[in-house]
Amino acid sequence: MNAPAKQVQLSELFKAASARKRRQQRIAFALLRGLTVIVALLLLIIVGYITVKGLPSLSWEFLTGSPKNGMTEGGIFPAIVGTLCLAAGSMIFAFPVGVMAGIYLSEYVSNGPIKQFIRIMTNNLAGVPSVVFGLFGMSLFVNGLDFGSSILAGSLTLAIMVLPVIIRTTEEALKAVDPSHRMASYALGASRWQTTRRVVLPQAMPGILTGFVLAVGRVSGETAPILFTAAAYFLTRLPESIFDQVMALPYHLYVLATSGTDIEKSQPAAFGTAMVLILLVLMMNLLTSLLRNRLNRKAGIK
Amino acid sequence: MKLLRKLAEKLMESLLTLSGAVTTAAVVLIFAYLFREGLGVFSESPVESRVVLAVHGSNPVKQLNADVIRKMYDGQITNWKEAGGSDVEVVPFYQSDITKYFSDSALGPEFANLPQCIGQLIDSMPGIIAAFDTSYTPAKFAGHYVQTDQVSLISFLSGRNWYPTAKPAAQYGALPLLLGSLWVCIAAILIALPLGLAAAIYISEIAQPRVRRILKPMVELLAGIPSVVYGFFGLMVVVPAIQRIFNLEVGETGLAGSVLLAIMALPAIISVSEDALRSTPREMKEASLALGATQWQTIWRVVLPWSSSGIAAAAVLGIGRAVGETMAVLMVTGNAAVIPHSLLEPVRTLPATIAGELGEAAQGGTHSKALFALGCLLFLITLTFNLLVEYLVIRRRRAAGL
Repeated sequence: MNAPAKQVQLSELFKAASARKRRQQRIAFALLRGLTVIVALLLLIIVGYITVKGLPSLSWEFLTGSPKNGMTEGGIFPAIVGTLCLAAGSMIFAFPVGVMAGIYLSEYVSNGPIKQFIRIMTNNLAGVPSVVFGLFGMSLFVNGLDFGSSILAGSLTLAIMVLPVIIRTTEEALKAVDPSHRMASYALGASRWQTTRRVVLPQAMPGILTGFVLAVGRVSGETAPILFTAAAYFLTRLPESIFDQVMALPYHLYVLATSGTDIEKSQPAAFGTAMVLILLVLMMNLLTSLLRNRLNRKAGIK
Repeated sequence: MKLLRKLAEKLMESLLTLSGAVTTAAVVLIFAYLFREGLGVFSESPVESRVVLAVHGSNPVKQLNADVIRKMYDGQITNWKEAGGSDVEVVPFYQSDITKYFSDSALGPEFANLPQCIGQLIDSMPGIIAAFDTSYTPAKFAGHYVQTDQVSLISFLSGRNWYPTAKPAAQYGALPLLLGSLWVCIAAILIALPLGLAAAIYISEIAQPRVRRILKPMVELLAGIPSVVYGFFGLMVVVPAIQRIFNLEVGETGLAGSVLLAIMALPAIISVSEDALRSTPREMKEASLALGATQWQTIWRVVLPWSSSGIAAAAVLGIGRAVGETMAVLMVTGNAAVIPHSLLEPVRTLPATIAGELGEAAQGGTHSKALFALGCLLFLITLTFNLLVEYLVIRRRRAAGL
């Protein structure tokens, strides 16, 4: 007599419990979704705000002219040139060394304490605050080696800072290469270096280039490391040698925003400079995703 | 031919090995150069270079610390009793004050009589404390010199006053800067961790692949924006907003710095915790779902506990990034070197102090050495955080049997 009633009760209970579970899940997922939307909105607000305020400042004159009237008018050409110099200079040092270190980590050294140690040191270097790189660069390159505040000193400082980025992406790119290709190369009698150069490197090239692009983006946006090693407050002429000081986009924005001669009046120029920096980042990100797509397509065809 | 090839191989291999050591070399070099300059501050006197302090002959005080000297010159200490002397009023004197006591003619052409005048002045005033350049030392006077305590590690770490440009004696107490960094970073991580973790869970567990493909590049973009641009945005938007919301006189506060640091720490937190969440074995999730657990229960009871140490690593990494961040914080926190009592006051962090003051500090001087010492402190703090992350990651790998 009692059995069916009990069964009904149990199934009611079960239904209630599963309804509660579903409700909990709905609430939790809504919360997570909401917080994620906030994160995405933050990015959109920052990029949108700078774009809306900065885009009107952009013009051919702004990009190719020198700052005038206490940096309230004119353009940012010297800063663009300076940032290009610093990016090129630091890449000349950092890219070959970083790629070689990446090759060593992925192809030459076997898993063990040495690899572990190098990896920890690379991560430590990546975690050093940018202003500490500035102190170090000033102490070693500017004063110690007597390069003065110059493109050379700034580039070397930035190069050391950006090494971990290049090493990591290179290593990742090399690791992604199918091991069977290496085996096939060895089976044909190729040496380790021949295998690396002819088989592994060509396949990993898009990935390595991704690292290059990331590094250029990082270097172009850094201020603290060049504050005391390369950056000039204001220059009208362009650098002539690697021992010259240069203006740089991020430092220029800092100056315009905090210590220009007339901060109110130089605001349009500041927004314009910020816009250029954002465009630079967007361009670099677009480039990396293009490279990545190519890499994925290649992997898909195989 | 074969020999040549072998030689080239060997050469290449050693070159690669050498580049493998480059990051280690860089860390060691940074360490060495930073500490070489930074530790120099601990043997220095806080008094300006080539400046001496002298008092009247009857004054029993032989030694003063920088704090007392600053307070005397600021007028906060007006009686020698407070400095362990007799009951005489303090008369602070700096060599440029000499024109108040002597006429131009008494000082002679090109201040030729300046040393004599200083000597006379010291002898005539029992309460004087006189600071002057060693090149103006009087030939003879009845007063005596006062020694100052050197900058010590303890006074550096626990000193509550950071007055690097105070004259004649500067004060290098890093405590307000340390606390400033601490407050700003803790607040930042409290904002960033919930947001970042939620986004990581959403991206790795819930979002459709299509949504994920949109969100991932957005996070990368957030990581790519230069810190000055964040600082500029903070100055233009966050600072005025905070000023309006909390009805403050100035919006440049610790909170403004925390908000920006939180945004800047998000990408690191999201990507590291996403990796951790993603590494949960599929079998475990499937087992949980097969037992009738909902997706949310699986995330809450299985995925999150499994990846907890990875999430901890993400939090530590986020703090480490925030501690070292310079430009954005420099631009929005107001940079007052006082111990903060709330986040709605201007604060000054370690990196912002270095970036803000190194340009003005004379190269090789005590001030610049003190800034390098701050750099050492910052380096040690971030190194500790980094090693903690490494430890957490390695322990995790071991636990997972990888």
